[in-house]
Amino acid sequence: MSQPKTKKETEDLLELYRQMLLIRRFEEASAKAYSMGKIGGFCHLYIGQEAVGVGAISALEQKDYIVSTYRDHGHALARGLEPKSLMAELYGKKTGIVSGNGGSMHFFDKKKNFMGGHGIVGGHISLAAGIAYASKYRGDGAVTLCFFGEGAANIGSFHEGMNLAAIWKLPLVMICENNHYAMGTPEYRALSVKDVSVRAAAYDIARDHIEGDEVRKVREHVRVAVERARRGEGPTLMEISTYRFRGHSMSDPAKYRTKEELDKYKQGDPLIKAEKDLLSSGWAQEELTKMDEIILKTVEESVDFAEKSEEPPLGWLYKHVYAENV
Amino acid sequence: MAVLTYREALNRAMTEEMEKDPNIFLMGEEVGHYEGAYKVSQGMLAKFGEKRIIDTPISENGFAGVGIGAAMVGLRPIIEFMTWNFSLVAIDQIINSAAKMNYMSAGQFPIPIVFRGAGGAGGRLAAQHSQSFESWYAHIPGLKVLAPYTPSDAYGLLKTSIRDNNPTIFIESEVLYGSKGEVPEGEFLIPMGKSDIKREGTQLTIISWSRALMYVLPAAEKLAKEGISVEVLDLRSIRPLDEEGILTSVRKTNKVLIVEEGWNVAGFGAQVAYLIQKEAFDYLDSPIERITQEDVPMPYAANLERSSLPSEEKIIKKVREMIK
Repeated sequence: MSQPKTKKETEDLLELYRQMLLIRRFEEASAKAYSMGKIGGFCHLYIGQEAVGVGAISALEQKDYIVSTYRDHGHALARGLEPKSLMAELYGKKTGIVSGNGGSMHFFDKKKNFMGGHGIVGGHISLAAGIAYASKYRGDGAVTLCFFGEGAANIGSFHEGMNLAAIWKLPLVMICENNHYAMGTPEYRALSVKDVSVRAAAYDIARDHIEGDEVRKVREHVRVAVERARRGEGPTLMEISTYRFRGHSMSDPAKYRTKEELDKYKQGDPLIKAEKDLLSSGWAQEELTKMDEIILKTVEESVDFAEKSEEPPLGWLYKHVYAENV
Repeated sequence: MAVLTYREALNRAMTEEMEKDPNIFLMGEEVGHYEGAYKVSQGMLAKFGEKRIIDTPISENGFAGVGIGAAMVGLRPIIEFMTWNFSLVAIDQIINSAAKMNYMSAGQFPIPIVFRGAGGAGGRLAAQHSQSFESWYAHIPGLKVLAPYTPSDAYGLLKTSIRDNNPTIFIESEVLYGSKGEVPEGEFLIPMGKSDIKREGTQLTIISWSRALMYVLPAAEKLAKEGISVEVLDLRSIRPLDEEGILTSVRKTNKVLIVEEGWNVAGFGAQVAYLIQKEAFDYLDSPIERITQEDVPMPYAANLERSSLPSEEKIIKKVREMIK
């Protein structure tokens, strides 16, 4: 489906490209700010994986839920969370999406059904099953989309969550973003099967496996799984193969892989693919450059906003340890 | 006033709350068709059906997480651990997800969930099935920890826990399920963070909770016959802690013995002792003493098990020493 055929398809791809470019530029700015010591903690970048988050999330409705990992910037932006409040969160400011309580790994936005930002590898999988469980309990017709990496597929929470989702036929779509490295451990040293979606057979649920370099293809495949879930036919386990161009986190120089390997994957950069498709379907380079300039300005503004925002007041230290009983 | 067993009181509390709020469900191993490994949920499947009384496979980490996820979107799960010993495979979910979710999300996602089930030592269940975890969970900000002794407290505190908007660790004592006590008619709630004086006294305060009171109360009775007047304070609520209640009793009796079923090192009694020396040091006439489980995994042999736990004899001996 690489080349869009109609004007509508072209505009659609342009919007998806815009979202991917926003993620790319936001992350580049995050990396810069991190290097300058403005952002603390761990900072796991999504650069290279943009087509997965943007494609998958664009298959959802507003009532659907998204559960993410510690690598959550891209998912949050794809869901439409405000870049300013995300950047301010990275800076640990009171204007951050969670007032500086969470940082890079813990973005949450209730209004957008963005359910975090979870830092324990695989721990969030049964939470996603629980959110889907609530949808089934209430019959609200919502679907929960859960992202995880291939490293998480080996943890108990993955197996327990999948089994429970399967026996209860929960409206859950599980997306393994296989970027081939669990921190520094390549998949062949950690996974008993090459393709995580094969494990669907163990739970007798639907599976799918695709390459994640084309954003519209990702959306089409995820849409099939979302519709299956919405029809009450239970969960799907998908593997979407992708690659991160940076290390596991900002503190990882990624010396465990070769330059040749990285260069090979950069050929499949989802942004370059989408850009080529847009150009060959009639968009002028200068229009795309103009879009990039607007996005760069948005990102600059978010950095500026984060820089100028205040730190949370010390009086907030104990705020939110407990919810109030009203 | 009705006389109920501890398990019947818990059952009544859950049933009444579920009748009122359709967002509440009970989930755990054997809670439905088997009616509870300890029969706490007897009759509830027949009353509420499979939608709300949910049997799970053996996967504590999974169904604890499912409960937390469901709570994120406004349901109010009661998650039963067949025993708290099995909660250890779910402890990542309890600590890293339930306890911190409200904080990490800056108040966007409170987790109104109750984790409950059988805890404590005894019954010759040996090392892996016989231990107390109050101190473990009390360590974690974001959790509330309750451990009732009487059926009446079990009823009133469980109802409060179900209505609370925070994750609550509700540790029942497995040796108390069949114990009987008066439970007032009609609905009542017991607030968290409120201790209860189970026996009034003047010469020494014993601070304890849950099943350890099985040893403390008869010991206090026997000591009274010797002319030693012991006040027995049942914490009931470990976190939040009734600091004022503790200090009031200490200021009255000037001597303190803390009796707990858990281990000594980093045990909750150490925290209580710290509080007392900090806030009521001038009122103390002798060092604060503690009786705990011995610093060993629980042995199986009946005599060794008995000797590893607090007992009437140990308490009486210690109080006599302290009163001398």
